[in-house]
Amino acid sequence: MSNVPAPDMKRAFWAGWWACAPFVFAAVPFGVLFGVVARDAGLDLLETMAMSIVVIAGAAQFTALALLVDQAPVFLALAAGLAVNLRMAMYSAALQPHLGHARLWQRMAMAYLMVDQAYAVAGQHFEVTPVMHPMDKVAYYFGAVLLICPLWIVATFTGAVVGNAIPPALSLEFAAPICFIALFSSMLRSLPHQVTAGVAVIAAILFSGLPTGVGLICAAFAAMLAGAETERRLALRSGGAK
Amino acid sequence: MIDPVTFWTTTLALGIGTFLIRFSFLGFLGRRTLPEWAMRHLKYVGVAVLPALVTPMVLGPALTGGALDPVRLISALVALGLGWRFSVIWAIGGGMATLWLLQALL
Repeated sequence: MSNVPAPDMKRAFWAGWWACAPFVFAAVPFGVLFGVVARDAGLDLLETMAMSIVVIAGAAQFTALALLVDQAPVFLALAAGLAVNLRMAMYSAALQPHLGHARLWQRMAMAYLMVDQAYAVAGQHFEVTPVMHPMDKVAYYFGAVLLICPLWIVATFTGAVVGNAIPPALSLEFAAPICFIALFSSMLRSLPHQVTAGVAVIAAILFSGLPTGVGLICAAFAAMLAGAETERRLALRSGGAK
Repeated sequence: MIDPVTFWTTTLALGIGTFLIRFSFLGFLGRRTLPEWAMRHLKYVGVAVLPALVTPMVLGPALTGGALDPVRLISALVALGLGWRFSVIWAIGGGMATLWLLQALL
Protein backbone atom coordinates (compact mmCIF):
# COMPACT_ATOMS: atom_id res chain seq x y z
CA MET A 1 0.00 0.00 0.00
CA SER A 2 2.97 2.28 0.55
CA ASN A 3 3.27 2.79 -3.21
CA VAL A 4 -0.16 4.41 -3.51
CA PRO A 5 0.25 8.17 -3.81
CA ALA A 6 -1.61 10.53 -1.47
CA PRO A 7 -5.08 11.48 -2.72
CA ASP A 8 -5.45 14.61 -4.81
CA MET A 9 -9.17 14.58 -5.43
CA LYS A 10 -9.41 17.95 -7.09
CA ARG A 11 -6.85 16.95 -9.67
CA ALA A 12 -8.52 13.56 -10.23
CA PHE A 13 -11.93 15.20 -10.64
CA TRP A 14 -10.70 17.53 -13.37
CA ALA A 15 -8.75 14.72 -15.05
CA GLY A 16 -12.01 12.77 -15.36
CA TRP A 17 -13.83 15.90 -16.50
CA TRP A 18 -11.34 16.54 -19.29
CA ALA A 19 -11.14 12.88 -20.33
CA CYS A 20 -14.89 12.97 -20.98
CA ALA A 21 -14.83 16.35 -22.73
CA PRO A 22 -14.48 15.06 -26.34
CA PHE A 23 -17.73 13.13 -25.94
CA VAL A 24 -19.61 16.37 -25.53
CA PHE A 25 -19.48 16.73 -29.32
CA ALA A 26 -21.42 13.48 -29.68
CA ALA A 27 -23.62 13.48 -26.58
CA VAL A 28 -24.99 16.97 -27.19
CA PRO A 29 -26.29 16.32 -30.73
CA PHE A 30 -27.85 13.07 -29.50
CA GLY A 31 -29.57 14.89 -26.63
CA VAL A 32 -30.79 17.64 -28.95
CA LEU A 33 -32.18 14.97 -31.25
CA PHE A 34 -34.06 13.37 -28.37
CA GLY A 35 -35.66 16.72 -27.56
CA VAL A 36 -36.75 17.16 -31.17
CA VAL A 37 -38.10 13.62 -31.53
CA ALA A 38 -39.94 13.73 -28.19
CA ARG A 39 -41.76 16.96 -29.12
CA ASP A 40 -42.60 15.50 -32.54
CA ALA A 41 -44.10 12.51 -30.73
CA GLY A 42 -46.48 14.86 -28.93
CA LEU A 43 -44.78 15.14 -25.52
CA ASP A 44 -44.91 18.55 -23.86
CA LEU A 45 -41.79 20.29 -22.57
CA LEU A 46 -42.23 18.97 -19.01
CA GLU A 47 -42.67 15.37 -20.18
CA THR A 48 -39.67 15.60 -22.50
CA MET A 49 -37.46 16.97 -19.74
CA ALA A 50 -38.79 14.50 -17.18
CA MET A 51 -37.74 11.58 -19.36
CA SER A 52 -34.17 12.87 -19.79
CA ILE A 53 -33.84 13.71 -16.07
CA VAL A 54 -35.42 10.55 -14.66
CA VAL A 55 -33.84 8.03 -17.05
CA ILE A 56 -30.60 9.67 -18.42
CA ALA A 57 -30.09 6.91 -20.98
CA GLY A 58 -30.44 7.98 -24.60
CA ALA A 59 -30.86 4.62 -26.31
CA ALA A 60 -33.50 3.44 -23.81
CA GLN A 61 -35.39 6.75 -24.03
CA PHE A 62 -35.58 6.51 -27.82
CA THR A 63 -36.65 2.85 -27.65
CA ALA A 64 -39.41 3.36 -25.07
CA LEU A 65 -40.67 6.50 -26.82
CA ALA A 66 -40.83 4.80 -30.22
CA LEU A 67 -42.93 1.99 -28.74
CA LEU A 68 -45.26 4.43 -26.94
CA VAL A 69 -45.78 6.31 -30.21
CA ASP A 70 -46.79 2.98 -31.78
CA GLN A 71 -49.43 2.65 -29.02
CA ALA A 72 -47.61 -0.33 -27.47
CA PRO A 73 -48.71 -1.30 -23.92
CA VAL A 74 -46.71 0.07 -20.97
CA PHE A 75 -45.08 -3.24 -20.09
CA LEU A 76 -43.70 -3.66 -23.60
CA ALA A 77 -42.20 -0.15 -23.77
CA LEU A 78 -40.80 -0.67 -20.29
CA ALA A 79 -39.35 -4.12 -21.01
CA ALA A 80 -37.66 -2.91 -24.20
CA GLY A 81 -36.20 0.17 -22.46
CA LEU A 82 -34.90 -1.92 -19.57
CA ALA A 83 -33.45 -4.55 -21.91
CA VAL A 84 -31.48 -1.82 -23.69
CA ASN A 85 -30.16 -0.69 -20.29
CA LEU A 86 -29.22 -4.17 -19.03
CA ARG A 87 -25.69 -3.55 -20.32
CA MET A 88 -25.27 -1.17 -17.41
CA ALA A 89 -25.37 -4.09 -14.97
CA MET A 90 -22.12 -5.13 -16.63
CA TYR A 91 -20.75 -1.59 -16.18
CA SER A 92 -21.82 -1.68 -12.55
CA ALA A 93 -19.97 -4.97 -12.01
CA ALA A 94 -16.86 -3.68 -13.80
CA LEU A 95 -16.76 -0.48 -11.72
CA GLN A 96 -17.47 -2.20 -8.39
CA PRO A 97 -13.85 -3.27 -7.67
CA HIS A 98 -12.76 0.36 -8.09
CA LEU A 99 -15.68 2.29 -6.61
CA GLY A 100 -17.40 -0.19 -4.29
CA HIS A 101 -15.66 1.29 -1.26
CA ALA A 102 -17.50 4.61 -1.60
CA ARG A 103 -20.29 5.64 0.80
CA LEU A 104 -23.83 4.51 0.08
CA TRP A 105 -25.08 7.94 -1.04
CA GLN A 106 -22.07 8.29 -3.31
CA ARG A 107 -22.73 4.88 -4.85
CA MET A 108 -26.38 5.88 -5.37
CA ALA A 109 -25.29 9.05 -7.14
CA MET A 110 -22.78 7.06 -9.22
CA ALA A 111 -25.55 4.65 -10.24
CA TYR A 112 -28.01 7.39 -11.16
CA LEU A 113 -25.39 9.09 -13.36
CA MET A 114 -23.88 5.94 -14.92
CA VAL A 115 -23.70 6.57 -18.67
CA ASP A 116 -21.72 4.77 -21.39
CA GLN A 117 -19.17 7.53 -21.87
CA ALA A 118 -18.34 7.91 -18.18
CA TYR A 119 -18.10 4.15 -17.65
CA ALA A 120 -15.83 3.71 -20.67
CA VAL A 121 -13.55 6.62 -19.78
CA ALA A 122 -13.29 5.87 -16.06
CA GLY A 123 -13.14 2.08 -16.39
CA GLN A 124 -10.34 2.28 -18.91
CA HIS A 125 -8.44 4.83 -16.84
CA PHE A 126 -8.64 2.63 -13.72
CA GLU A 127 -7.42 -0.33 -15.72
CA VAL A 128 -4.36 1.36 -17.22
CA THR A 129 -3.46 3.25 -14.03
CA PRO A 130 -2.10 0.56 -11.71
CA VAL A 131 -1.72 2.70 -8.61
CA MET A 132 -4.47 5.16 -7.91
CA HIS A 133 -5.82 6.22 -4.54
CA PRO A 134 -9.39 4.89 -3.99
CA MET A 135 -10.65 8.39 -3.24
CA ASP A 136 -9.10 9.66 -6.47
CA LYS A 137 -11.02 7.00 -8.38
CA VAL A 138 -14.28 8.29 -6.91
CA ALA A 139 -13.33 11.87 -7.80
CA TYR A 140 -12.31 10.85 -11.33
CA TYR A 141 -15.64 9.10 -11.91
CA PHE A 142 -17.64 12.09 -10.68
CA GLY A 143 -15.56 14.38 -12.90
CA ALA A 144 -16.49 12.24 -15.90
CA VAL A 145 -20.24 12.03 -15.20
CA LEU A 146 -20.69 15.61 -14.06
CA LEU A 147 -19.72 16.92 -17.47
CA ILE A 148 -21.83 14.60 -19.63
CA CYS A 149 -25.01 14.24 -17.57
CA PRO A 150 -25.93 17.92 -17.05
CA LEU A 151 -25.16 18.54 -20.74
CA TRP A 152 -27.49 15.70 -21.71
CA ILE A 153 -30.31 17.50 -19.91
CA VAL A 154 -29.41 20.92 -21.37
CA ALA A 155 -29.18 19.38 -24.86
CA THR A 156 -32.62 17.78 -24.52
CA PHE A 157 -34.03 21.15 -23.48
CA THR A 158 -32.41 22.84 -26.47
CA GLY A 159 -33.80 20.27 -28.87
CA ALA A 160 -37.27 20.46 -27.32
CA VAL A 161 -37.35 24.26 -27.66
CA VAL A 162 -35.53 24.76 -30.96
CA GLY A 163 -37.19 21.71 -32.51
CA ASN A 164 -37.54 21.54 -36.23
CA ALA A 165 -35.25 24.49 -36.91
CA ILE A 166 -32.44 21.88 -36.97
CA PRO A 167 -31.82 20.74 -40.57
CA PRO A 168 -32.23 16.96 -41.00
CA ALA A 169 -29.17 16.97 -43.29
CA LEU A 170 -27.00 17.20 -40.15
CA SER A 171 -27.92 13.53 -39.46
CA LEU A 172 -27.69 14.04 -35.70
CA GLU A 173 -28.93 10.46 -35.19
CA PHE A 174 -25.56 9.22 -36.40
CA ALA A 175 -23.78 11.04 -33.57
CA ALA A 176 -24.68 8.17 -31.20
CA PRO A 177 -22.97 5.33 -33.12
CA ILE A 178 -20.00 7.61 -33.86
CA CYS A 179 -19.69 8.33 -30.14
CA PHE A 180 -19.75 4.63 -29.22
CA ILE A 181 -17.22 3.81 -31.96
CA ALA A 182 -14.92 6.52 -30.61
CA LEU A 183 -15.29 4.99 -27.15
CA PHE A 184 -14.32 1.44 -28.01
CA SER A 185 -11.80 2.15 -30.80
CA SER A 186 -9.43 3.65 -28.23
CA MET A 187 -9.69 0.43 -26.17
CA LEU A 188 -8.33 -1.87 -28.92
CA ARG A 189 -4.82 -1.81 -27.51
CA SER A 190 -4.24 -5.55 -27.03
CA LEU A 191 -5.12 -8.77 -28.86
CA PRO A 192 -7.79 -9.86 -26.31
CA HIS A 193 -9.48 -6.45 -26.65
CA GLN A 194 -9.42 -6.73 -30.45
CA VAL A 195 -10.83 -10.27 -30.34
CA THR A 196 -13.59 -9.08 -28.00
CA ALA A 197 -14.63 -6.26 -30.35
CA GLY A 198 -14.54 -8.55 -33.40
CA VAL A 199 -16.66 -11.22 -31.74
CA ALA A 200 -19.08 -8.53 -30.52
CA VAL A 201 -19.67 -7.29 -34.08
CA ILE A 202 -20.15 -10.79 -35.52
CA ALA A 203 -22.38 -11.91 -32.64
CA ALA A 204 -24.46 -8.72 -32.89
CA ILE A 205 -25.16 -9.56 -36.54
CA LEU A 206 -26.00 -13.20 -35.70
CA PHE A 207 -28.30 -12.20 -32.81
CA SER A 208 -29.94 -9.28 -34.61
CA GLY A 209 -33.20 -11.23 -34.92
CA LEU A 210 -33.65 -11.30 -31.13
CA PRO A 211 -35.74 -8.58 -29.39
CA THR A 212 -34.08 -5.17 -28.87
CA GLY A 213 -31.65 -5.34 -26.00
CA VAL A 214 -31.69 -9.13 -25.65
CA GLY A 215 -29.52 -9.63 -28.73
CA LEU A 216 -27.18 -6.94 -27.41
CA ILE A 217 -26.70 -8.69 -24.07
CA CYS A 218 -26.13 -12.10 -25.71
CA ALA A 219 -23.59 -10.66 -28.15
CA ALA A 220 -21.76 -8.70 -25.44
CA PHE A 221 -21.65 -11.75 -23.18
CA ALA A 222 -20.20 -13.97 -25.93
CA ALA A 223 -17.61 -11.31 -26.75
CA MET A 224 -16.60 -10.89 -23.10
CA LEU A 225 -16.05 -14.66 -22.78
CA ALA A 226 -13.95 -14.64 -25.96
CA GLY A 227 -11.79 -11.76 -24.69
CA ALA A 228 -11.14 -13.31 -21.27
CA GLU A 229 -10.39 -16.70 -22.84
CA THR A 230 -7.93 -15.11 -25.28
CA GLU A 231 -6.16 -13.40 -22.38
CA ARG A 232 -5.98 -16.68 -20.44
CA ARG A 233 -4.52 -18.61 -23.39
CA LEU A 234 -1.98 -15.87 -24.15
CA ALA A 235 -0.86 -15.94 -20.51
CA LEU A 236 -0.54 -19.76 -20.62
CA ARG A 237 1.51 -19.56 -23.80
CA SER A 238 3.90 -16.89 -22.54
CA GLY A 239 4.15 -18.72 -19.21
CA GLY A 240 4.95 -22.00 -20.97
CA ALA A 241 7.65 -20.38 -23.11
CA LYS A 242 9.71 -19.37 -20.10
CA MET B 1 -50.79 11.14 -29.01
CA ILE B 2 -49.37 9.33 -26.00
CA ASP B 3 -51.78 9.13 -23.07
CA PRO B 4 -50.30 11.02 -20.04
CA VAL B 5 -50.93 8.15 -17.60
CA THR B 6 -49.18 5.72 -19.96
CA PHE B 7 -46.29 8.14 -20.41
CA TRP B 8 -45.69 8.85 -16.74
CA THR B 9 -46.05 5.19 -15.70
CA THR B 10 -43.49 4.14 -18.31
CA THR B 11 -41.06 6.97 -17.55
CA LEU B 12 -41.09 6.54 -13.77
CA ALA B 13 -40.85 2.74 -13.94
CA LEU B 14 -38.07 2.99 -16.54
CA GLY B 15 -36.22 5.44 -14.28
CA ILE B 16 -36.50 3.21 -11.21
CA GLY B 17 -35.64 0.03 -13.14
CA THR B 18 -32.66 1.67 -14.82
CA PHE B 19 -31.42 2.95 -11.47
CA LEU B 20 -31.61 -0.56 -9.98
CA ILE B 21 -29.70 -2.01 -12.95
CA ARG B 22 -26.98 0.62 -12.56
CA PHE B 23 -26.87 0.26 -8.77
CA SER B 24 -26.83 -3.57 -8.77
CA PHE B 25 -23.23 -4.73 -8.36
CA LEU B 26 -21.81 -1.38 -7.31
CA GLY B 27 -24.49 -0.91 -4.71
CA PHE B 28 -25.09 -4.32 -3.22
CA LEU B 29 -21.58 -5.82 -3.36
CA GLY B 30 -20.00 -2.76 -1.74
CA ARG B 31 -16.43 -3.49 -0.66
CA ARG B 32 -16.53 -7.23 -1.27
CA THR B 33 -13.92 -8.34 -3.79
CA LEU B 34 -14.72 -10.45 -6.82
CA PRO B 35 -12.70 -13.57 -7.70
CA GLU B 36 -9.84 -13.31 -10.19
CA TRP B 37 -11.73 -15.01 -13.05
CA ALA B 38 -14.60 -12.53 -12.69
CA MET B 39 -12.21 -9.59 -12.80
CA ARG B 40 -10.58 -10.99 -15.95
CA HIS B 41 -13.99 -11.08 -17.66
CA LEU B 42 -15.14 -7.67 -16.46
CA LYS B 43 -12.11 -6.04 -18.07
CA TYR B 44 -13.73 -6.69 -21.45
CA VAL B 45 -17.23 -5.38 -20.70
CA GLY B 46 -16.79 -2.03 -22.46
CA VAL B 47 -15.10 -3.37 -25.55
CA ALA B 48 -17.78 -6.11 -25.75
CA VAL B 49 -20.91 -4.00 -25.19
CA LEU B 50 -20.12 -0.95 -27.33
CA PRO B 51 -19.39 -2.70 -30.68
CA ALA B 52 -22.49 -4.88 -30.18
CA LEU B 53 -24.53 -1.73 -29.53
CA VAL B 54 -23.13 0.08 -32.59
CA THR B 55 -23.35 -2.72 -35.17
CA PRO B 56 -27.15 -2.58 -35.69
CA MET B 57 -27.04 1.23 -35.68
CA VAL B 58 -24.53 1.21 -38.56
CA LEU B 59 -25.87 -1.72 -40.58
CA GLY B 60 -29.50 -0.73 -39.93
CA PRO B 61 -31.93 -2.13 -42.51
CA ALA B 62 -29.24 -4.38 -44.02
CA LEU B 63 -29.75 -6.74 -41.06
CA THR B 64 -33.39 -7.32 -41.99
CA GLY B 65 -32.74 -7.87 -45.68
CA GLY B 66 -32.81 -4.20 -46.72
CA ALA B 67 -30.16 -2.13 -48.45
CA LEU B 68 -26.85 -1.30 -46.80
CA ASP B 69 -26.14 2.42 -46.50
CA PRO B 70 -22.53 2.76 -47.76
CA VAL B 71 -22.26 6.34 -46.44
CA ARG B 72 -22.88 5.20 -42.85
CA LEU B 73 -20.64 2.17 -43.16
CA ILE B 74 -17.72 4.21 -44.53
CA SER B 75 -18.18 6.95 -41.91
CA ALA B 76 -18.22 4.34 -39.15
CA LEU B 77 -15.04 2.69 -40.47
CA VAL B 78 -13.29 6.07 -40.73
CA ALA B 79 -14.23 6.82 -37.11
CA LEU B 80 -12.98 3.39 -36.06
CA GLY B 81 -9.62 3.83 -37.78
CA LEU B 82 -9.11 7.35 -36.44
CA GLY B 83 -10.05 6.35 -32.90
CA TRP B 84 -7.74 3.35 -32.97
CA ARG B 85 -4.73 5.17 -34.45
CA PHE B 86 -5.21 8.67 -33.01
CA SER B 87 -7.78 9.64 -30.40
CA VAL B 88 -11.39 9.97 -29.45
CA ILE B 89 -11.72 13.53 -30.69
CA TRP B 90 -10.38 12.52 -34.13
CA ALA B 91 -12.87 9.66 -34.28
CA ILE B 92 -15.86 11.89 -33.53
CA GLY B 93 -14.77 14.80 -35.72
CA GLY B 94 -13.56 12.63 -38.61
CA GLY B 95 -16.58 10.31 -38.51
CA MET B 96 -19.16 13.10 -38.64
CA ALA B 97 -17.13 15.07 -41.23
CA THR B 98 -16.96 11.97 -43.46
CA LEU B 99 -20.70 11.47 -43.12
CA TRP B 100 -21.52 15.07 -44.11
CA LEU B 101 -18.98 15.09 -46.94
CA LEU B 102 -20.26 11.84 -48.48
CA GLN B 103 -23.89 12.93 -48.08
CA ALA B 104 -23.08 16.17 -49.90
CA LEU B 105 -21.21 14.37 -52.69
CA LEU B 106 -23.50 11.38 -53.30
